[in-house]
Amino acid sequence: MVKIKINNKEVNVKTNTTILDAAKENGIDVPTLCYYPDLHINSDCRICSVEVEGSKNLLTACSTPVKEGMVIRTNSSKVLNARKTITELILANHDTNCTACVKNMKCELQSLANQLGIDENRFPSVLKQQDVDDQNPSIYRNPNRCIKCGRCVDVCKDVEGTHVLETMFRGHDVQVTPKYGKFLSDEDCTFCGQCSSVCPVAAITEKDDSIRVLDALNNPDIHVIVQVAPSIRVSIGEEFGELSGGEWTGKLVTALRSLGFDKVFDTDFTADLTIIEEGHELLHRVQTGGKLPMMTSCCPGWINYAEQKYPEMLEHLSTCKSPQQMFGSLAKTYYAQSEKLDPKNVYVVSIMPCTAKKYEAAREEMQVHENIPDVDAVLTTRELGKMIRQMGINFKELPNDEFDNPFGITTGAAAIFGATGGVMEAALRTVSEVVNKEPLESLDFKDVRGMQGIKEAEVELGGAKVRVAVAHTLKHAKQLTDQIKEGTSPYAFIEVMTCPGGCIGGGGQPYGTTNEKRQERINATYQLDSEMPLRKSHENPYITEIYEKFLKEPLGELSHTYLHTHYKPRGKLK
Amino acid sequence: MQLREILGKYPKTEDYLIEILLDYQKTKIHHYLSEEELKEIAEHLNISESKVSSVMTFYTLFSMKPKGQYVIQICHDVPCYVNDQNSILKTLTNLLNIQVGETTEDKMFTLEYTSCLGACDKAPAMRIGEKTFTALTPNKVKAILAEYRGKKHA
Repeated sequence: MVKIKINNKEVNVKTNTTILDAAKENGIDVPTLCYYPDLHINSDCRICSVEVEGSKNLLTACSTPVKEGMVIRTNSSKVLNARKTITELILANHDTNCTACVKNMKCELQSLANQLGIDENRFPSVLKQQDVDDQNPSIYRNPNRCIKCGRCVDVCKDVEGTHVLETMFRGHDVQVTPKYGKFLSDEDCTFCGQCSSVCPVAAITEKDDSIRVLDALNNPDIHVIVQVAPSIRVSIGEEFGELSGGEWTGKLVTALRSLGFDKVFDTDFTADLTIIEEGHELLHRVQTGGKLPMMTSCCPGWINYAEQKYPEMLEHLSTCKSPQQMFGSLAKTYYAQSEKLDPKNVYVVSIMPCTAKKYEAAREEMQVHENIPDVDAVLTTRELGKMIRQMGINFKELPNDEFDNPFGITTGAAAIFGATGGVMEAALRTVSEVVNKEPLESLDFKDVRGMQGIKEAEVELGGAKVRVAVAHTLKHAKQLTDQIKEGTSPYAFIEVMTCPGGCIGGGGQPYGTTNEKRQERINATYQLDSEMPLRKSHENPYITEIYEKFLKEPLGELSHTYLHTHYKPRGKLK
Repeated sequence: MQLREILGKYPKTEDYLIEILLDYQKTKIHHYLSEEELKEIAEHLNISESKVSSVMTFYTLFSMKPKGQYVIQICHDVPCYVNDQNSILKTLTNLLNIQVGETTEDKMFTLEYTSCLGACDKAPAMRIGEKTFTALTPNKVKAILAEYRGKKHA
C-alpha cells in the first residue's frame, strides 16, 4: 500500500495501481477516451491528464502508477483547460453532425464534450472528407468520424490476432484503416465486429438493416418471422439502462411481438438441431476414420477466417450450417409448407449478437430456393435495442411471453451456445449419452467453461478416452489450427468462437462490453441452463417431431440438403 | 540485388524491418517498393502486412509510387526561405515543367520538399540523391540540371 493525496484527500491505495484506478476507487471520476478496460493502454489521447506535484507536465492517469507521497489534482483549472483544449482539437477534425449519427447520445466524445462544457469550439474544422467503407454486408466504416484512439487496432491486433486495422500515414494525415488505406472487403477481415464494439464514436458500426426490417414489417403481403440467438436474452437488458445481468427472455419475446413480427421463434431450437447433426457427424467421423479433429462451424467469423487463412484445412470444419442458417432453411421449407405459405413471402429476420452473421446470411450458398436468401435480414442486439426505442416500447415494463411453436421449445444445451465452451458442452451431453447409452451422472462439463483462452477436457466415449478443446478469439483458434497443421493436435473435437467469451461477447452486443460484463452474461447463461426443464438437445420433443415429420434421420438426405453446407478457399470476402 | 539476398542479410525479426525497406528501396532505380514486394517482406519476417504498411506510410522517404531516377529535394525551412528559395523553386518547376510532388514525364526527376538539410550557412540548398548543393542561384540550378540530364545521355 502507498499513501497518496488526491484532490486534498489522503488515501491509501495498492502499490502499482494507476492514478486512474486509484481515483475511481475513491469516488473520483477521471474522464478517458482512448482507454478501454482489457485493452492495451495507449495513453495517446491525453484526456485523462492530471496534475502531479513536482512534475512539470501533466501526466496521464491511465498509464501512471501511484507512488508514495504523490500529490494529485484531477480537476484543477490547468487540468480542465488542457482536457477542454484536447477535446476541441479532436472535434475540429471530426464530423460533428451529431444529430445525424447512429451514436447520437451514445457517443463517448459527445459525452466528454458535454461534461467539459464545450459550448463552442475555438478551432475551425480541418476535417478532410474521405470515402466511407461500406463495400461489405457487415461493417460500416466512416473515417470522417474516426478520432484515432486506436482501440479498434488493439482489439483487431492483440485480442483477435487478425491485425487488419492499423494506424497509417503520419501527422495530420493519420488514418486508422486496413493496409495502405484499403477497404475491409479488400482485406482478410472476418467481420467479427469487435472493432465496432470498442469504437468510442461511430467510425466503425454494424451496417444498419433495421430500415429494411421495418419495411418488411409494414408490408401486409409478407409473413415476417424472427429468430433470436441464445446470447441476446442475457444482454438485451443492457440496451435499456439498468437492466444488466440476468436474462430477459420473456420481455424480449413481448417486445418482438409488439414490433409486429408474425411469429417469434427461438434460434435455440436450431441450436439443438445443430447438436444432433454435429454430434452424429462427429460420431460418424470417429467410427469411419473421417477427418479429425472436427471443428465447429456455427461461428461465421471463424468460418471466414478458416476460408481465408487455412484453405487446405477446410475438411476439418463440421459441414453443419450454423443454427441461424439451419433456421433459415427450415423456415423457407418445412415451416412454409406446413403454414401453406409461398417461401417468397416468408421474410426471416435474425436477432444476432454478431456482425459476421450479416455476411453469413448474404452468402450465395445459403439459399435453398434460388435467389431467395434463407435469412433475409440480420439485426444486432444494438439494432434491436434501437428499434424497440424507436417504436416507443417501454422494455422495462413489458410483461413476459413465450416463443411460438414449432421453433419455441428448447433446452439448456441450446441456451449455453452463447458462451465459450457451450457448444462443446451441449455436444458432449448428447454424444456421451448416444454412445455410452446410459444417462450422464452430471450434465456440467465445467472444464470447458470460463474465460481462459484455450480450455481442454477429456471425456469417455464408448470406453475410449477422447480429448476435446475449446478456443475463443481467433488468436487462440490459430494456435489450435496450427497444431493440426503440424500434425500434433491431440484432440478429436474443437470448438471455436471468434469473439472473446463467445457470442455473449459478440461484436454486435450492447456497447460497453468488457470482460467483467462478459462474465456477468456467462453467469446468467449457465443460470438459465440450470433452470431449464430439459437440458439435453436430444430430449427436445420438437426435435424428435421434426425428424419424424420432415427430416427423417440425422445426416440423412434432407439434412444434407437443408442443414449442411460446404466451404471453399476464399480470397476476398466481396 | 534481389530481395531474397537482402532479406538473407538480416536476422529474421521485425526489428530489422526499416533496414530491409531502406536497403531494398536503394536498389530500385525508381525508389519505390511494390505491394507484392512488401507482402514478401512481411511474410519473411512473419509480421502482418498492416504493420509493414504502417511503417511504409509513416516515413516520407519510403514510397509505393515510382519516382524519377533523380529525386530533387528542396529545403522547406526558414533559413532557405529567407534566402530566396522561391526563385530556386520557380527555376526548377519551370525547367522540369512539374510541381512539387510530381515526376517528369520521362521519369528522370521527381521534385519534393524536405526539412532542413543542415546547410543553413550556405542557403538556399537542395539535394539530389545523396548529394547536397548549396548557395544556389537560378543559373547554378540550370547548370546542375543540365549536368544530370547529360548523365542520362552519357
